[in-house]
Amino acid sequence: MDFTVDGLKTHVATGGREAQEGEPVVILIHGAGMDRTVWQYQNRNIAYRGRRVLAVDLPGHGRSEGTPPNTIAGMADWITRFMDAAGVTQAILIGHSMGALIALDAAGRFPERVEKLVLMGVAETMPVHPDLLAAAEANQPLAPELIVFWGVGERSQIGGHPNPGFCVQGASEALLKISPDDMIANDLAACNEYSDGVESAKKVKCPTLFVLARDDKMTPPKKGLALAENITDARSVVIEESGHMMMAETPNQVFDALKGFVF
Amino acid sequence: MVTPKFVKFDTLSLHAGQQADPTTGARAVPIYQTTSYMFDDTDHAAAMYNLERPGHIYTRLTNPTVAVLEERVAALEGGVGAIATASGMAAIFLAIATLMNKGGHIVASGSLYGGTHNLFSFTLPRFGIDTTFVNVRDPEAFRKAITPETKLVFGETLGNPGIEVMDIPAIADIAHEAGLPLMIDATFTTPYLMKIFDHGADIAMHSLTKFLGGHGIAIGGVIVDSGKFDWQASGKFPNLTEPYPGYHDLNFADEFGTQALLTRMRAEGMMNFGACMSPANAFHILQGIETLPLRMQKHVSNAQEVAEFLEGSDEVEWVNYPGLKSHTDYELGQRLLPKGCGSILSFGLKGGRAAGKKFIESVKLASHLANIGDAKTLVIHPASTTHQQMTPEALQSAGIGEGMVRLSVGLEDSGDIIADLKQAMRASQKV
Repeated sequence: MDFTVDGLKTHVATGGREAQEGEPVVILIHGAGMDRTVWQYQNRNIAYRGRRVLAVDLPGHGRSEGTPPNTIAGMADWITRFMDAAGVTQAILIGHSMGALIALDAAGRFPERVEKLVLMGVAETMPVHPDLLAAAEANQPLAPELIVFWGVGERSQIGGHPNPGFCVQGASEALLKISPDDMIANDLAACNEYSDGVESAKKVKCPTLFVLARDDKMTPPKKGLALAENITDARSVVIEESGHMMMAETPNQVFDALKGFVF
Repeated sequence: MVTPKFVKFDTLSLHAGQQADPTTGARAVPIYQTTSYMFDDTDHAAAMYNLERPGHIYTRLTNPTVAVLEERVAALEGGVGAIATASGMAAIFLAIATLMNKGGHIVASGSLYGGTHNLFSFTLPRFGIDTTFVNVRDPEAFRKAITPETKLVFGETLGNPGIEVMDIPAIADIAHEAGLPLMIDATFTTPYLMKIFDHGADIAMHSLTKFLGGHGIAIGGVIVDSGKFDWQASGKFPNLTEPYPGYHDLNFADEFGTQALLTRMRAEGMMNFGACMSPANAFHILQGIETLPLRMQKHVSNAQEVAEFLEGSDEVEWVNYPGLKSHTDYELGQRLLPKGCGSILSFGLKGGRAAGKKFIESVKLASHLANIGDAKTLVIHPASTTHQQMTPEALQSAGIGEGMVRLSVGLEDSGDIIADLKQAMRASQKV
């Protein structure tokens, strides 16, 4: 499904179900260099539980046109314009990694637009290794490879995925390697420079769920739990056998975490 | 500069796709000899049927033992995932029937396994899918054969039985310029000798029966997707990019992205065609893959020795092995297959068909049978067996002479293999 935001095509996945009038809206925001399909194990089970799913391709990502904003705040502003375009007054925002920072920033500055917040693989700050930033700026294959090496948990790098035949490491790398040039660099720089995490969290008014992972080397769970301390109505789940790419690595545990909060 | 320290190929051959059984502690991959699986509740059952949640429903679709094999081969190839099938031919059919409909067209190398050639030439046309065969050594011929109806470019890493080295990077570029995926049968080389996705191929297919199994005891096939082909941008694949009524108008590319092809192959192809692999066969093939790197090293070193021996023998007119400098594709082989050019070779004996027949009937250590990639050395006469259904013109086009002998060099002591060939060659010249 396509919308027009800032005069440009914005693509979303809906979970393949036509939503009914009045159903709660769930907006899913992907991480750096990725696209809507990182939610392939979540979209359908949220949509078929009576929610209007809008898994967005951020500008320039996936099948959306345009150039991505180069700051987290700019991306959060864009989310509100996307909501306007989709006719959505208020939504549950689910974000992963960079997407979690975007959702957090939006919830802090536009609390009236956010009914609930789910922050997955998040931390107070997300400093990016300078070698990774340099590789991303040079559009070298090393950038996606480092993201996959740090982003996919050790267990998942061996495998045994619940979706038969699915290879998390290969799938993550393929998704990053089809990302247009400069996209990963833009997104990583935005993450690296974002320093308003704690301040944004203090302004969040809505119920918030943190979904973290024990083997997350990019946003270690202790940093996510520290961020959660700043939100009044926050709860946290730490998935034991996953790395940063928890939606793909452990979809059943993510389903259990979302159940009762999102659907 | 930091670098990723991924688990290496040899380790993946032993471990990828498996966690030790959490209930029993079993270290080996258990054979899950079951047709079906308990659901937690009705919601769980409905969610799995609706592609909302992952898991096992019925062994025609998925099986835990087969899943380990699929994930292991996907990891070795560097793909996004894999689907194992009852045989290599089932894998090819599954991919083609998912990618295209009536009116579809394939551009294929003319140097293919006889079964594949037969499928493309005689079976698929009955369903409205035609193939144009071209000379694998002429990449421009692939470009010229592409029509608006073409959906796939197809070839083998090493031709069968001419052992031509396919210039995958050049032909991948041609396919991609036309908005088409390149599918490669990589059975002869396995991911140990060549990672075809690194050279531009989009879809890998293997007969697991051959080197990946390595023991000649279990039939199987597999499709691995690189996940890098953009179905949406190509605009030629409505089965993946338009609503599918079989799943409430699900758009596979939209929802599953890099997993679109595999998800549709599983949800429709495995469901409706039913060519699934048995869990016991998956177990056997997994035992083979554990030693794939070690075996392939020995296969190629033995093959090189045997090829050099044959080339120096008075009874032999010619030898086709890309590891020999005399082979047309020697340079290309060195570039694409630096670890070795496989262990299949073909050669022609002086004395033509009669000498070939006598040779095959005289070997003692080598086995005369219809297979390749066994741990044991195998011989066959393609014109009368594997490629029997081809017309004389197609045989000539594929470079298959009446006196050609195909040899699959095994893991025996190389001196013993050569001694056996030597005595059979002597016998062949006495007819």
